[in-house]
Amino acid sequence: MKWPGSHRSPGVSHLIRVQTEDFDPGLELEWLRSRNKGQAGAMVSFTGLVRDLNAGDTVTQMTLEHYPGMTEKALEKIEQEANERWELTATLIIHRVGSLAPNDNIVFVATASRHRKQAFLACEFMIDTLKTNAPFWKKETLPDGTRWVEPGVSG
Amino acid sequence: MVQLRYFASLRESLGIGDEQIELPDGIHDLPGLTRWLQGRDETWASTLADSRLHVAINQEIVKPDTGITDGDEVAWFPPVTGG
Repeated sequence: MKWPGSHRSPGVSHLIRVQTEDFDPGLELEWLRSRNKGQAGAMVSFTGLVRDLNAGDTVTQMTLEHYPGMTEKALEKIEQEANERWELTATLIIHRVGSLAPNDNIVFVATASRHRKQAFLACEFMIDTLKTNAPFWKKETLPDGTRWVEPGVSG
Repeated sequence: MVQLRYFASLRESLGIGDEQIELPDGIHDLPGLTRWLQGRDETWASTLADSRLHVAINQEIVKPDTGITDGDEVAWFPPVTGG
């Protein structure tokens, strides 16, 4: 099978990607499965989507800005910390940037582990930490203008 | 030279995303540099006064009293909202 993305060397089992292109959660999980060679008993994933409503207002478009260089470092640090705290056989973080529409994929976090508990805990830790530590900023387009999303409001 | 970067709402308020400046005489730390930038005009003064802003030096979040040396990359930005 051939997977999208630029860093898909066979030996890699922990990966982060920042990209404008869409991703296919099913295909990404197949990549995660392919890293395992049978050791893992569980895969857990979180897919974040663009909502059409925020703080009571209709959102027609979402633009994601980031800090190239620091973003990758922050995501790698999150992944590294998760791998230190839990026994994981593979992890993957994908975050999109640029212009997105309601229902589009924004973010994908996935973990594989021998046991489901570790996979669940690590996946939740990674998305929660990403939301507070990784330098991304969302700007919404509403019917009557644009506004920067306030932390803690979007989810 | 130091590389200065501003992101998201901050970039829009200041009307600039990045610049290179000579580290001004007598400026050795983040509070000093921020005050120096705030001296540019009223927009800079009020925009950088926001206590919620984060600062990264060389792409790592730092404490407010961190020192700055020639060659550093210093970035100011609002709280992050990814995910």
